[in-house]
Amino acid sequence: MPNPPVLRGLLVLLGCQLAGEVVVRFFGVQFPGAVVGMLLFLVVLRVRRPAASSGLVAAPSLLLQHLHLLFIPAGVGIVVYLGTIRRNALPLAAGLWGSWLIGFVVTALVAQALIRTVRERP
Amino acid sequence: MTALELGLHPHATWDWLTGSPLFGITITLAAYAVGRWLHQRTASPLFQPVLVAIVLIVVVLEVGGIDYSDYLAGGSYIGFWLGAATVSLALPLHREWHLVRSAWLPIAVGIVAGALVSITAAVLLTRVAGGSRTLQLTMAPKAATTPVSLALSTQIGGIPALTAALTIIAGITGAIAGPWLLDRIGVRDLRARGIALGSVSHGIGTARALAESTTEGAFSALCMGLTAVATSVLVPLLLLVL
Repeated sequence: MPNPPVLRGLLVLLGCQLAGEVVVRFFGVQFPGAVVGMLLFLVVLRVRRPAASSGLVAAPSLLLQHLHLLFIPAGVGIVVYLGTIRRNALPLAAGLWGSWLIGFVVTALVAQALIRTVRERP
Repeated sequence: MTALELGLHPHATWDWLTGSPLFGITITLAAYAVGRWLHQRTASPLFQPVLVAIVLIVVVLEVGGIDYSDYLAGGSYIGFWLGAATVSLALPLHREWHLVRSAWLPIAVGIVAGALVSITAAVLLTRVAGGSRTLQLTMAPKAATTPVSLALSTQIGGIPALTAALTIIAGITGAIAGPWLLDRIGVRDLRARGIALGSVSHGIGTARALAESTTEGAFSALCMGLTAVATSVLVPLLLLVL
């Protein structure tokens, strides 16, 4: 019996991650290995252009569908830092919402200004 | 008469239960199911399944006096797949890649400018408000999608769990206040709206962008992936000077 597509897809995902993690460690780069893996997988997808039924689409779709489930265990780790959060409510709130606001407005305005410029220049 | 005299073993059972991977995995899936149910029932971005699940599990651990490390015996099996999920983010990137050709300049400049500003502001505002260096490092990567912000936080010496929570709240903020704010500042171009939502509010912002229009959602999904890359490059570099 041939391997099911999802199995092959998962193998490619783990293979890309493994390659990425090995590369960043080998070269001593301060960069998340999984993000290198993501770029490698992007190359695979651009080159292979898999059909929707392919495992290369099914496996990542499955993981992305339940992405939130996967970071629950890490998030539960705040249980250890409840005291830290209570003591630092102000810097956390100011840092979070202040930088969210500034980043959001800047990105939106820069993107819109450039879209207009590109459109007006034939 | 004690439980032991009755031939029952509550303590041994409890010890086994809390230390077994079965406990961590089951409670995580159960809490996630409850979170999803509540999210669908209320249709509110405030009830993010992940946030509801985290609160539920934290309450169970606190009430049961269970250590986080015991919970992780099972939880880490689920968390393991985060790396493969990060790799999977290439799929939306691949699907929306054609947009890069149509609007590469606004996308590239918007993302880099957005990442530079939000990382810098995150570190400086946290510092000005009295946050320690660890808290500043915890805040720095929060605009990137959660699996990446988590990895970055670990790498630079932040508190990963707190970064995850902050990232999710940044996403919820974008989903709730983002479209309203875009109307106020006069950003009506669907592409610019998508770029902004994806760049600072990742997946949760993208879900909201998709609800507004498919174009906006596509731009948001693309920019979520590109922001993950930009943040990974820029966080260690900016921290050299911040």
